Amino acid sequence: MTFRRLRIAALLAASTLLAAAVSGCAPGPSGNPAASGTPQRSGTLTVFAAASLKATFTRLAAEFENRNPGTTVTLSFAGSSDLATQISQGAPADVFASADTRNMARLSDAALIHGQAVNFATNVLEIAVPAGNPASISSFADLARPGVKVVVCASQVPCGAAAESAEREAGTVLKPVSEESSVADVLGKVVSGEADAGLVYATDVKGARGKVEGIPFPEAGKAVTTYPIAALEGSRNKELAAAFISLVAGSDGQKTLADAGFGAPPAEVRPSQ
Amino acid sequence: MKAGQRRSPGAYTGIPSWIYVVAAAGGLLVVLPLAAMVAKVNWAQFIPLVTSESSLTALGLSLRTSAASTLLCIVLGVPLALVLARGSFPGQRLLRSFVLLPLVLPPVVGGIALLYTFGRQGLLGRSLEVLGIQIAFSTAAVVLAQTFVALPFLVVSLEGTLRTAGGRYEAVAATLGARPGTVLRRVTLPLVLPGLASGAVLSFARSLGEFGATLTFAGSLQGVTRTLPLEIYLQRETDADAAVALSLVLVAVAVTVVAVSYRGPRRPPAGPFGSERRTTAVPARDRSVQ
Repeated sequence: MTFRRLRIAALLAASTLLAAAVSGCAPGPSGNPAASGTPQRSGTLTVFAAASLKATFTRLAAEFENRNPGTTVTLSFAGSSDLATQISQGAPADVFASADTRNMARLSDAALIHGQAVNFATNVLEIAVPAGNPASISSFADLARPGVKVVVCASQVPCGAAAESAEREAGTVLKPVSEESSVADVLGKVVSGEADAGLVYATDVKGARGKVEGIPFPEAGKAVTTYPIAALEGSRNKELAAAFISLVAGSDGQKTLADAGFGAPPAEVRPSQ
Repeated sequence: MKAGQRRSPGAYTGIPSWIYVVAAAGGLLVVLPLAAMVAKVNWAQFIPLVTSESSLTALGLSLRTSAASTLLCIVLGVPLALVLARGSFPGQRLLRSFVLLPLVLPPVVGGIALLYTFGRQGLLGRSLEVLGIQIAFSTAAVVLAQTFVALPFLVVSLEGTLRTAGGRYEAVAATLGARPGTVLRRVTLPLVLPGLASGAVLSFARSLGEFGATLTFAGSLQGVTRTLPLEIYLQRETDADAAVALSLVLVAVAVTVVAVSYRGPRRPPAGPFGSERRTTAVPARDRSVQ
């Protein structure tokens, strides 16, 4: 028994090695915009990205490493303003992807951005309710019903600013039971059933995979959040940074982002790929 | 006890001089970041920043909830410390370990645990909701979270004092005919009052700094659940100056609290750990008997 198991293990190991060797030697997949032209990229790329990009950027980073053997992408996810503060305090990052234009502008004003930031995605608010929708929410106005426990982001953070403009647009004044400092905290309160509803991004609803139900509302269209990405002045591998940005802004990146519920970037500033 | 006897005042210490260098580095690790923060304070705007409506509301809420938590810690912690120090029952060691757990748990874990206990869908929360009591998103949730993290400070502090004081006075009182309730009230509690006081002050300080469990369990709403640490965390998003100014206020309050707790009557009552306390808190005449 053990001998046979060993042989299987050895066989598996050998085939893995072989596969690794083959993929290592083979040229990158054809029609690959990021790898075309300069096939020999290497080094480590550190990407600071907004927390809402965790799922998509993790996938895109793996894709980038596959296409550029020898490269390693290190990802750091946090609130955009946290990341912007870390970068302005000298954190060694190559690329910054923000969940709002304000924090990107902060770095741009401080001359920490290399070149021009590229808008690569948009996100809109949705009403998230616990599975089963216990408070029977169906519209934005329902959130103002007495007894409905609504959780939103505080106005100091991007999702809270978006929630405020949605409120203005709908002409509904919300009386939230809590104003959280991150959209993840809002989602957490809805997932755990503590809140009857929360205002989160469409991508958060999709990312929660069935633990919450999303209710889109028309007023959200007036409070669209734009996501910019840029290479940083302090980067020691600007070429690799540019390649990563092309992947995100390019068709493959856009498809991954769209699958996760992100909207297309505003047309006029879309990069010519 | 041996270690304590070796540390009598004026005795040879035998600390190699390089130890002082490393100790200085350790001290700097704590002091330097605080100094750096003070250097960052925008003094011109300091008063308006810390007296803004949201700041004052948060500070008031912090002081009120911390006072309530300290009271709750005393009510629940004194019996716990008595049972741990004087009692003898199976599972005592286990109980002690569990009571100390919040000391080492990340506060956010405490928050999640509280959520699944007192939350709407939680273990007790569902029954409480039937009774019309809702804890989530209320100031009561803040007090619960603070009590959860602060209780061990009081228990450990008081248990150490109780063990140090020993049971002889109580035994004497009992032989003179005092009932257990009278002994507790007239002998034990007056005897350990300094330890209780420093434990309460430490609990207050810990409550004041509580952040993670509150954020996870209670939410964040001005005047209801947004305590000063949560306000600082939020201000930091948009106004770094305000965050720094408020941090300084919290540091000032904490320094005052620690200073008060370490300026015990006659002898400095030691930190939260009982074993350290034993060496200093015993009156000299008692030590000779032991």
